[in-house]
Amino acid sequence: MAAITFITHDGEEHKVEAEPGSTVMEAAVRAMVPGIEAECGGACACATCHVYVASSWREAVGGPSPMEEDMLDFAYEVGEGSRLSCQIKVTDALDGLTVRVPERQA
Amino acid sequence: MDHVATSPVETDVLIVGAGPVGLFAVFELGLFDMRCHLVDILDRPGGQCAELYPEKPIYDIPAYPSISAQGLVDRLMEQIAPFAPQFHFEQMVSALTRMDDGRFLVETDVGTHFLAKVVVIAAGGGSFQPKRPPIPGIEPYEGTSVQYSVRRMDDFRGQNLAIVGGGDSALDWALNLHPIAGRITLIHRRDEFRAAPDSVNKMRALVEAGEMDLVIGQVSGLDGEDGVLEGITVKTADGPVALPVTRMLPFFGLTMKLGPIANWGLNLEQNLIPVDTEKFETSEPGIFAIGDINTYPGKLKLILSGFHEAALMTQAAKRICAPGERIVFQYTTSSTKLQKKLGVA
Repeated sequence: MAAITFITHDGEEHKVEAEPGSTVMEAAVRAMVPGIEAECGGACACATCHVYVASSWREAVGGPSPMEEDMLDFAYEVGEGSRLSCQIKVTDALDGLTVRVPERQA
Repeated sequence: MDHVATSPVETDVLIVGAGPVGLFAVFELGLFDMRCHLVDILDRPGGQCAELYPEKPIYDIPAYPSISAQGLVDRLMEQIAPFAPQFHFEQMVSALTRMDDGRFLVETDVGTHFLAKVVVIAAGGGSFQPKRPPIPGIEPYEGTSVQYSVRRMDDFRGQNLAIVGGGDSALDWALNLHPIAGRITLIHRRDEFRAAPDSVNKMRALVEAGEMDLVIGQVSGLDGEDGVLEGITVKTADGPVALPVTRMLPFFGLTMKLGPIANWGLNLEQNLIPVDTEKFETSEPGIFAIGDINTYPGKLKLILSGFHEAALMTQAAKRICAPGERIVFQYTTSSTKLQKKLGVA
């Protein structure tokens, strides 16, 4: 299992255990982390599971694919480390990952 | 007294939504001689499959190890062709009234009227609507200075227009409105566009020639009063930039909303319609809900579940459309009657 910390816009921390092979979005939805809507259920078709990956984790997590980049155009306040959490696969290497949840989803 | 300008379309069944489940319902209902009209907000059949992920493969359609979403829609259209369904695209059902004879009078937002014995809601996640960018304070400008689609190009004549987005809608309208608008600024968060390369090249040529502006950034604020836009602020890599625009057209894709169905007096649970699992009927007799829009204990939002729901709903719909008639269960493999309906016998 990999521990993932979601920091919501009000600063609250939600620490969630995620299974390798699942996605960061699935971990958030299962733990009902506020601010992750995931309307389309993980099809990379809606941009409502947007998170900011903490700077120290960006290299390990990697950047968005071209398809995800296109979908990020629909997200709100896209910035450094912006990713759609349904497109981040959990691995043991991501144990300890921290992401911030934006103020609102698109 | 009010009167309807055109006489209503009479049908056995009115299906709200032409996604995969609505389409397959035509097949099941057709085998039992019920004719269908379908209404959909999109301009073509397929619902989410056609609009959101046409190229993506689906792996859990029985007997198809892999099929693209558009491929599935195409096969369904082929399968239901013998039943000649009538489509009414680019409109949304608005009002529903039960008449004295038990039928439903259903109206759409463009004024089409239907008289249906049965209404089947197969509306998936709801009706597709343009996504509203979450810019603080945008509401007072919507419908006047800020529009999400172009209804009349003349609304933009001489205006200082900001078009926001990087897809085909944004690029196409930037090019189409260029001769009409006073000045166009295209705003996109990155210097890459997911639009037809030809449109991107044309846009870049106009920017190069100084006839159009391109700003890389995200709109963060609006200035104006009483719904009249006077300027916007764009967050760019070099800090905030103020632009004196008077009209804005944001193109941020589509989202799904339940829409006017919410006002039909049906029981709702978190924007889903509870149904029983024998007939998939709503709290209102004669109105059924199948596919992603319904909910019941154990519900799975799978296309295949919707297909099953369509088959069971059909049995109950038949009892309403042909009361007293004996319903004979038959297989398409062995029944000549069914094969005749399908045009294969």
